[in-house]
Amino acid sequence: MGKGTIHNRDAFLHRIADRLGRNRRTDGVKRPEWSQRPQWNVFKDYTSEQLLDQFKKQCEAIHTDVEETTGELLPKMVSDVILRYRGKKIMTWNDPRFESFGILSYLNKNLSQHGAEVQRWDEQRSREENIRLAEKADVGITFSDITLAESGTVVLLSDKGKGRSVSLLPENYIAIIPKSTLVPRMTQAAQEIHRRIENGDSVASCVNFISGPSNSADIEMSLVVGVHGPVRVTYIIVTDR
Amino acid sequence: MGIRIGDKAFDRRVEKGLQDSFMRGAVTGAQDRLRTGRLNAAKELGDWEKWRTLGKEIRQHTLENLDFYLQQLSEKVANRGGYVFFAETAAEANQYIRQVVQEKQAKKVIKSKSMVTEEIGMNEMLEDDGCQVIESDLGEYILQVDDQDPPSHIVAPALHKNKSQIRDVFREKKGYQKSERPEEITRFAREQLRREFLSADIGVTGCNFAVAESGSISLVTNEGNARLVSSLPKTQIAVMGMERIVPTWEELDVMVSLLCRSAVGQKLTSYVTGLTGPKGEGEVDGPDEFHLVIVDNGRSNILGTEFEEALHCIRCAACINVCPVYSHIGGHAYGSIYPGPIGAVLTPLLDGYENNKELPYASSLCAACTEACPVKIPLHELLIKHRQKIVEEEKRTEALERIAMKGFEAAASNPSLYKVGSKVAPLAMSPFTKEGYVTEGPGPLKAWTRSRDFPAPEKERFRDWYRKRKKGGGEHGQGHDS
Repeated sequence: MGKGTIHNRDAFLHRIADRLGRNRRTDGVKRPEWSQRPQWNVFKDYTSEQLLDQFKKQCEAIHTDVEETTGELLPKMVSDVILRYRGKKIMTWNDPRFESFGILSYLNKNLSQHGAEVQRWDEQRSREENIRLAEKADVGITFSDITLAESGTVVLLSDKGKGRSVSLLPENYIAIIPKSTLVPRMTQAAQEIHRRIENGDSVASCVNFISGPSNSADIEMSLVVGVHGPVRVTYIIVTDR
Repeated sequence: MGIRIGDKAFDRRVEKGLQDSFMRGAVTGAQDRLRTGRLNAAKELGDWEKWRTLGKEIRQHTLENLDFYLQQLSEKVANRGGYVFFAETAAEANQYIRQVVQEKQAKKVIKSKSMVTEEIGMNEMLEDDGCQVIESDLGEYILQVDDQDPPSHIVAPALHKNKSQIRDVFREKKGYQKSERPEEITRFAREQLRREFLSADIGVTGCNFAVAESGSISLVTNEGNARLVSSLPKTQIAVMGMERIVPTWEELDVMVSLLCRSAVGQKLTSYVTGLTGPKGEGEVDGPDEFHLVIVDNGRSNILGTEFEEALHCIRCAACINVCPVYSHIGGHAYGSIYPGPIGAVLTPLLDGYENNKELPYASSLCAACTEACPVKIPLHELLIKHRQKIVEEEKRTEALERIAMKGFEAAASNPSLYKVGSKVAPLAMSPFTKEGYVTEGPGPLKAWTRSRDFPAPEKERFRDWYRKRKKGGGEHGQGHDS
């Protein structure tokens, strides 16, 4: 990828420095020690069981169904949720975790008798074709990379096979959540991303914090679940992974 | 649109607001819900005062080192292949955006909600060039379909409209045939807009907070439209006010936690999206080309002044949702895309006193705004500073003004009086008074007035000032009702 460009910066930043009554600062600025750290007290010392309880409780508040299963039974559970949604066109990430749990082969075998077909986001296909397939799909399925107990959030890090559209365009969305990805809140996810940046790793081009289905209260403040993104969401927690 | 909306004089805008009983009912109801949501979310979180202190510290440190963090941000964006344009003025920002649109030969631009693009009047500029601009936030879309009705609240822009009005607008303009149920109207908007998302050439987003350490921008939304705008079109232009930045993802966590709770009482909105440059190598969706436009447009003039803290604002609208004046006159009366207490502070700073000198008086100085602000901006004090400046500048020490200031000083110097003052909100009471007694108080007073009549506060301040200055004639604020 080529380097981008920056226009008009110097005059702009010099004006800011002038207004602040000092010379321009181009390096050496360190974040201070903040006097408060309340974010670290939320669910402090909670066991993973307690975090899971918090997570499930929050999912009720955000209109999200939760299922729990084991790694072994996960493929069947995914299939059951798809059937509940009457899904005919399914789209998943191209993500090795689907294979490692045996989900794809199960779905291909089991869903065809219901007239449903499974597509994978495929980086070898064109952008237009991938988006077209995701837009036609009625169920999108991804894994959660990090999961936040407090807000009922799955965090998705974009990548080649992990298209943004899969969790966005279909009306129904299923997120598979290995229990080991559960942390108390956004604080731990943000710290992890910060740590990676400090280590010189590059951050995903799109980091999505998704908490349930899309919604709006723009008409008379009455809540409507399902606007531009998914209308219905199910989280499947894999309790032994 | 620019920062100013409507061209009626302040008097007429206020009059119109006071006479619109649906709007006032809707506004009061919305304020109640949003305020209650915020209070519950803060209570559930715990340590709210520590959170606010932390929020203030972060905003202060970032603004004090703004040149450093903007430099870091721009370098990181460029390293990821993005294009950064620093725009001193609205005209410069628009010129750059126009250039991108022309280079891409774009015919259709789809937008997610962005106050700063409204501030710089981007839509009008592009439409004049013959480019279609589509708002995709549901509230903004409703307003746009209704012949560009201006927003009246920064979080819920169509708050002043009821569902049957919205149904009628869609019927007339879009051939909508279903009922006034919000679910059906929303479904219709989803279908209409989905086609636009898929066919738009360019997506324009705002930016809730940029993250300097990684060159990221974040978008905090519920509807999913900002995700579509930043996933489907091949080109994305993000437009940000220059102060909307945090040092690292760790501070992003804190600010987003404060924003979601203060704006809508949610722990996190349905979507918090962090975007870094164009799509990554080998990735399929997301923009091929990413532009970041960083807008000053008068903000740097606020730095280093007694009003600097106004730049700490994170646009949550918590101050708007507690303001008794806003609940009576509604958002349009402020004549600015930024209404309520923060609007009354910010608009004169960005647009000058000339056309906005009434705004600092659109306040009962009850301090509810200051108390609600998640980053502790002393809003009512800044309003007083504005009044002082206006008085100084105009050397217009009318008796009225002296009395108003004296009254406030007296109240402020006596803690118990002040406390009563801030709870009572004199202006807000007038419609509820009968013969000088409050019989039916709004919001927090409701429970109390049910069991007792509360002596009405002296009719002072805004309404009074407003009436008197109206009688006094058009010394200032003359406008055209055209």
